[in-house]
Amino acid sequence: MASVSGENAVTVALTLTEQLPGLQIVVPLMGAIVCAFLRRGNLAWLVATLVTWSLPVISFLLLLEVQESGPISYKMGGWAPPWGIEYRVDQLNAFVLLLVSSVSAVAVPFARKSVAVEIDSDKHCWFYALYLLCLTGLLGMTITGDAFNIFVFMEVSSLAAYILIALGQERLALLSSYQYLIMGTIGATFYVIGIGFLYSLTGTLNLVDMTGRMEMLGLTDAVSPSMLAALAFIFVGISLKLALFPLHAWLPGAYAHAPSFVTVFLAATATKVAVYLLIRFLFSVFPTTAVFSELPMSTILLVLSVAAMFGASIVAIFQDNMKRMLAYSSVAQIGYMTLGIALANQAGLTGGIVHLFNHAITKAALFIAVGAVFYRIHSVRVEDWAGLGRKMPITMAVFALAGLSLIGTPGTAGFITKWNLSLGALEHGYWWLVILIMLSSLLAVVYVGRVIEIVWFRKPVATIDEARSPPMTMMVPLFVFAVAIIWFGLETSMSAGYAADAARFLLGGGGS
Amino acid sequence: MSPAIETLITSYNYWITIFLMVAGLYTVIAKDNMIKKLVGLSLFQTSVYLLYLSPGKILGGTAPIIDPALKVYSNPLPHVLILTAIVVGVATIALGLALVVRINEEYGTIEEDEIFETGTGK
Repeated sequence: MASVSGENAVTVALTLTEQLPGLQIVVPLMGAIVCAFLRRGNLAWLVATLVTWSLPVISFLLLLEVQESGPISYKMGGWAPPWGIEYRVDQLNAFVLLLVSSVSAVAVPFARKSVAVEIDSDKHCWFYALYLLCLTGLLGMTITGDAFNIFVFMEVSSLAAYILIALGQERLALLSSYQYLIMGTIGATFYVIGIGFLYSLTGTLNLVDMTGRMEMLGLTDAVSPSMLAALAFIFVGISLKLALFPLHAWLPGAYAHAPSFVTVFLAATATKVAVYLLIRFLFSVFPTTAVFSELPMSTILLVLSVAAMFGASIVAIFQDNMKRMLAYSSVAQIGYMTLGIALANQAGLTGGIVHLFNHAITKAALFIAVGAVFYRIHSVRVEDWAGLGRKMPITMAVFALAGLSLIGTPGTAGFITKWNLSLGALEHGYWWLVILIMLSSLLAVVYVGRVIEIVWFRKPVATIDEARSPPMTMMVPLFVFAVAIIWFGLETSMSAGYAADAARFLLGGGGS
Repeated sequence: MSPAIETLITSYNYWITIFLMVAGLYTVIAKDNMIKKLVGLSLFQTSVYLLYLSPGKILGGTAPIIDPALKVYSNPLPHVLILTAIVVGVATIALGLALVVRINEEYGTIEEDEIFETGTGK
């Protein structure tokens, strides 16, 4: 009797393992519905937290399975691809799934106190429902292997994000949300237009199948006009979503006026998933060699990335609002990710992919520190922070540490990115690019250094009289991110190792 | 009639698509009124519905129901995709309009230039 139930348990566990890709999406989706029906804010937070904590477990198991036995194909609803929707987990998106789920899991305790003071209490359950919906959308965009399904998940996450941003306290939040809605919808529609072209060309929406049919139709050697149109629309659409330099106008407002937790969450995950999509399309859907050798794709991305690294960093120096400053810094940091794509070699792409992770933990730490200060002194203006180092020493120490990672100081996570990017640039013989990377880091020294000077070396002002250490629910995520920044700056086999695997997979016949 | 002109005329569905697409995008960019911007956005999205639907229709083709009497079928998938896209579009416009209502409550206007002129103060 006992052995039979033991066997049953094993069977159930095995079946669950097979269902992991589905569970990655279904669990947060169901969590969102449960949250919407709970009338108590704290209870909704608890559900959201437990759901978010279960997600890294699933994505870690998926990553292990991918490393052991290669890409996983999961038939959603039992319909075989290419007719049904396929969830496909490979070296690249297993890494991105783990990144999105684990950063959210560490950050979510921060939400409790922060949301309690920033959002009206009757909206708490809706807030957590929307947060989980947004997370579902982001994970869905990452895990699915179906081009149209990506669009649907993109809109799930975007619509939730617009509402979350509009919940900010200032009335400017509404305006920022509206502008993001307009830009985001244009981006998503451009993406659908591009997919429409690819669909009429190949007759399939499954990404792997699409690549196969392009080969079959002989479209891989040269870029045909209709494929060029598809590439252009998809590139511009995704670039709007990831805030590539001239298309970044929605980002600073959205990050600056959203509630603190929303800023932490979106800054750490949303743009990263969009960068992942760009990598996916350029390296495994479109014929990579044709795109990079026949079209000036590298040059376009290189110029825009460098423009982002310098332009946005210079604007960041002149910001008084901390959240807006860090938002511009995000635009600059996205430049480093796209720079890795532009280099399109092993080291460069590793740098770009690992920066998804390194920047996520760095920016999450910075925005949590800003959120914790806002919780105590209700201001994000940098002058109001003078002397804060004495009142909130741990928070400000983590802020300084994360700032160093933003600059790329050796020993922090940010250095690993710049090291790999520089190696990638040198491989092409672009020594001037290495100098540009260093110069742009100097700009980060200026905007981070300015805050550190004000916070640690100025006389305390009246605004910080009330300041003291933030509550534990904020302290723990802050501490975890701080440890992660140092850990992944020294021990790189986890982060850069996986990123290198993903880059090798993409460049070594993963697609083309 | 020369073949070039014939192609131009027979692919009229694409001309309509392109016209709607550009008109919609222009409205979004050029207008200051937030409702008009959303109207433009809606037009822009609608053009994409046409872009998907028109190649999916085969003249003389029927619904894909297997029957020995029928030989030519139209592809049903674009219709299903566009049903999804319509739902997404409706949700986006609804959310956009809701935001405009809230903006009107807070600022007393829905003209973007007026909001930026009067200063975007808190």
